[in-house]
Amino acid sequence: MRDRTFAPSRILIYLVVSLIAAAYLAPLAVVVLNSLRTNEEIAQASMIGWPKQWAWSNYAAAWSGFCVAETCAGIRPYMLNSALVTIPATIISTMLGAIAGYAVSLWRFRGDSWIYGIVTLGLFLPQQMRLLPWTIVLRDIGLINTLAGLVLIHTIQGLSFTTLFCRNYYVAIPHELIRAARIDGAGFFRIFWRIILPLSSPILIVTVIWQFTHIWNEFLYGVTFTTGQQQPVTAALIALSAAIADIPQHGVQSAAVIIAALPTLLIYLLGGRYFVRGLTAGAVK
Amino acid sequence: MTDAVSTATRPGRPAISGVVRRLPEYLMIWVPLLFSAAHLVSFSLWTIWISFTPSTLVPVSGWVGLRNYTAVMASRNWQIAFDNLLLFGSAFVLLSLVTGLVLAILLDQRIRGENVLRSIFLYPLAVSFVVTGTVWSWLLNPGIGIQKLVHDLGWTSFRFDWLVNRDMAIWTIVIAAIWQSSGFAMALFLAGLRSVDADIIKAAQIDGAGPIRIYRRVILPTLWPITITVVVVQLQFAISAFDLVRALTNGGPGIATQLPALVVYDLMFQRGLLGRGAAAAVLMLLILLAVLLPYAAWRYFRRATHA
Repeated sequence: MRDRTFAPSRILIYLVVSLIAAAYLAPLAVVVLNSLRTNEEIAQASMIGWPKQWAWSNYAAAWSGFCVAETCAGIRPYMLNSALVTIPATIISTMLGAIAGYAVSLWRFRGDSWIYGIVTLGLFLPQQMRLLPWTIVLRDIGLINTLAGLVLIHTIQGLSFTTLFCRNYYVAIPHELIRAARIDGAGFFRIFWRIILPLSSPILIVTVIWQFTHIWNEFLYGVTFTTGQQQPVTAALIALSAAIADIPQHGVQSAAVIIAALPTLLIYLLGGRYFVRGLTAGAVK
Repeated sequence: MTDAVSTATRPGRPAISGVVRRLPEYLMIWVPLLFSAAHLVSFSLWTIWISFTPSTLVPVSGWVGLRNYTAVMASRNWQIAFDNLLLFGSAFVLLSLVTGLVLAILLDQRIRGENVLRSIFLYPLAVSFVVTGTVWSWLLNPGIGIQKLVHDLGWTSFRFDWLVNRDMAIWTIVIAAIWQSSGFAMALFLAGLRSVDADIIKAAQIDGAGPIRIYRRVILPTLWPITITVVVVQLQFAISAFDLVRALTNGGPGIATQLPALVVYDLMFQRGLLGRGAAAAVLMLLILLAVLLPYAAWRYFRRATHA
C-alpha cells in the first residue's frame, strides 16, 4: 500500500488531494485577487473574479487612507497597536515561561507541582470567566483602554502555555546535568544561562511562534478592553466592516484583511514546522 | 535537596543571608507563577460570586441565589444559543474529524509534494478567526459571493443563501470552522498514522490483507486515543467560539446563530447585566467541564493502567 506506482487509484488520490487543496486555497486567492480590484469592479460583478485593472492603490488606501469611525488613518495605527502588544507580551511571557518551566521541571521546589497544576488550568478556563475581573482590575490600576493593559493580560495568560511548553521540553534534560552543576556551585540563574538556555532554542522558537500567533489573532480582549484608537487590528477590522457597511469598499477591505493576516502568515511560512509542533504540543497537554 | 546541597557546599554561612542572596531566584520563580495561579483562581471565584449578586451596570454585593441563572436559562437568547451550540458543536466536530482523517490517510499514501499539501491544509490555523469570518462572510453573502458568481455565469436559479437564511445560517459557521481547523485534526491523525508499528502492517500484508482491510482492522483502531483528543480540543473551541461568529454572522440573521460566548458578551457589555452575564459565563464553564472532566478521568485511568 505504500509503493510508488501509477495505478489509476493513485491518479484518483492526486486528483482528490488537489481538489481539496484548491478548496483550502480558494478563500485566500479570492481575497488576494479582490485586494487588487477596484471597489466599482467588485460592486458590478461579485467578490470572485480576476482583476480587470490592477488596483494597487487599494493597499495604500487600506494602509493609511480609509476611515474607521472619525479617524482616517487606515489600518496602520491598529497594526502598530497589535505589534506593540504582541511583541512585548510574546517576549516577556516566553522568558518568564522558560524560567518557570525550568524551575518546575529541573530545579524543583516545595509546592511546585501544585502551583504548576493550577497554572496549567489556564489552558482550559474560558476567557469569559476572566472578562469582568480583568475589567475591574484594569480600571483600578489605570490600564483600561491602554496597550500596556493588553500586554499585562496576554503575559499573565500566556504563562500557562509558555510554562507548559518549556516544562514539557525541560523534563527530558537529564537531572544529573543539573545536579553536577549545582555541586560545582552554580546557582539557579547560572545554570539557566549556561546549561538550559543553550539547549532551548527549539522550544523557544515553538513558544514564540505560538504566542505571537495567538496574541496577534486575539480578538475578545482587544475589543473588550480597548476602544477607538487603542484597538488591535483584529478589533479594528470588525469596526471597519461595520463602519463601511453602507457603502462597501470591498477592494480596500480585502487589502486591509491581507495586511492584517500577513504577519502570522509570514511566520507560518517561515516556521511552519515549529508552528505545527506547538499545535500538537498544545493539544496533547 | 536544594538546601542540602547549598549547606553542604557552603558550611558555616548563616541561613538568613542565604535567603537574601537567593531572593532574586525566589522572586523569578514564584512571582510569575503566583500571579498566574492567583489570577486563575481568584478571577474564577470572582466571576462565580458576581453571578450570585444582583449586579447590573456595576458589581454590587448582595445575594440573589440562582435568580441570574434561571433568568439566563429562561431567556430565548440563551436557549437558541444552547441549541446552536449542540448542533454546531456536533456537526463541526464530526465533520472536521472526518475531513482530517481523510486528509491524513490521503497524505499517508507517500504522495509527491506532501509537505506543500500539508502546509496548505494547515495555513488557515495561522490566520485569525476575525479574518476567516470576514472572508467567509463575503463568499457566502448571496449578493456578492458564490451565489452572485454562479448567477453571473448564467445559472440564475441557483440559490446558496445560507448566510441570510435563519434555518441554515448556523451551517455557514460550521463551514468556516471546518475550513479553519480541520488541518489540526489532520496533523494529529497523520502523526498517529506514522507512528503505527511498521512490523504489524508488514505482518498483515504477509497474511494477504489488502490496503483497505489493513486500514480498517490494523491502523484505524490505534487512532482512537488521538480521536478523543481531537474531539475534546475541537469541542473546547466550539464551546467558546466567539470571534468567528462575531465576524461571520454576528449572531444573525436576528438571533439565529447566537452562541453562548456571544450571549455572555451581550449581557455583560451591551445590556449591562453583569450578574446575568457572569451566570452565563459560569454556565459556559459548566458545559466545558462536562466535556473536560470525563476526558481528564479517562486520561488518568489510561495512565494508571498503562503505567
